[in-house]
Amino acid sequence: MLYLSLTCLLLLNACVVSGTEITFELPDNDKQCFYEELEKDVKFDIDFQVISGGNYDVDCFVTDPHDNALYNEKKKQYDSFSHTTTMKGVYKVCFSNEFSTFTHKVVYLDFRHGNEEPILDSMKRTTALTQLESSCVAIHEILKVVADSQTWYRLREAQDRTKAEHLLERVTYWSIGETVLLFVIGIGQVMMLKSFFSDKKGSVAATT
Amino acid sequence: MLSLSSVCPGRKMASLRIRMQPCLFSVLLLNVLCSFVSALYFHIGETEKKCFIEEIPDETMIIGNYRTQLYDKQREEYLPATQGLGMFVEVKDPDDKVILSRQYGSEGRFTFTSHTPGEHQICLHSNSSKFSLFAGGMLRVHLDIQVGEHANNYAEIAAKDKLTELQLRVRQLVEQVDQIQKEQNYQRYREERFRQTSESTNQRVLWWSIVQTLILVAIGIWQMRHLKSFFEAKKLV
Repeated sequence: MLYLSLTCLLLLNACVVSGTEITFELPDNDKQCFYEELEKDVKFDIDFQVISGGNYDVDCFVTDPHDNALYNEKKKQYDSFSHTTTMKGVYKVCFSNEFSTFTHKVVYLDFRHGNEEPILDSMKRTTALTQLESSCVAIHEILKVVADSQTWYRLREAQDRTKAEHLLERVTYWSIGETVLLFVIGIGQVMMLKSFFSDKKGSVAATT
Repeated sequence: MLSLSSVCPGRKMASLRIRMQPCLFSVLLLNVLCSFVSALYFHIGETEKKCFIEEIPDETMIIGNYRTQLYDKQREEYLPATQGLGMFVEVKDPDDKVILSRQYGSEGRFTFTSHTPGEHQICLHSNSSKFSLFAGGMLRVHLDIQVGEHANNYAEIAAKDKLTELQLRVRQLVEQVDQIQKEQNYQRYREERFRQTSESTNQRVLWWSIVQTLILVAIGIWQMRHLKSFFEAKKLV
């Protein structure tokens, strides 16, 4: 059991991924593409979330070096996509906000691919790890999962927070707007009524 | 603070340390000489400004590496940009104060540490004023942003503090846990802000409902009184 877990951890060490996570702004009617050069038989994961803007949705598509669509979804709020490359070349991830006329979106993208480079070159050896080293590797992996989970919650919270701030803004503007509207309509109605009767009085006086 | 000597058996550490020393120096040298490897890239226009947002807790270091390539029409491929072409990097903190505003060459590396938690904005745009340089095409920018624990150069730390491989692994774990704790503190701060916003909205909706009702009633009464006096004056009532 111990040896099995040790070999599992060793393999786990070899299979971990590294990548780039970026949060960028996508103006209305715009398209933004990111490219990555990948080798053959490399597994990559794409995670994206819309953090703010409009209906919190965006179009996303992923193409391989021959421009075949690997993933094509419209108006998604968040999604994950995984793929193992079948050829070497430049893979493209694009986000489109072309369906929106005036809301710009903020999108978070996490592009993970390949293997994580060990922090020291001497760690690249393929001999079995000691128990301490295996424990370190296991803890490192779990901490990475914890950090990823924190990122996920941070993004969800950011989205909720932007919604709450927009709500506050809209409530404020609507309150001010409605006060003004109430006064205008209230006084306006009375003025109009008075003007109707003023004209009639004039015509009545003329006929009698 | 974790005591490394208590974790690792003494004798094994000594032999490992002797073997590690020359390895560590060569790795450090290699790291320093190693150029920036390819990362995610995107295209940027002549006067276009691309901004990226990093939401980070305070006292977190961010290292950004970028490399630019310009499309060469003759060879019909992207080649490293000329020395004259640089990128202007501007970093703003959550209060919209500029904390870094510098121009770098066609290949650059910028570092900053956050002092307030929140959304920091990193903006890049090229400093090119000669439109012919871009030849109607786009500039390709390879960008890599490392945040917090990922920004640490472990080979350097190992060489400076003379750590063995196991000590370095443990140091990496310590850094990771530190970052997680900072993120949790930041989460507490964010939740408080969110709660304040919600309470503010709740209050405003409550007050507005009351005020709106009062205004409606007041306007209703005023309208009726005013019209009544108007009709009485016109001798219609």
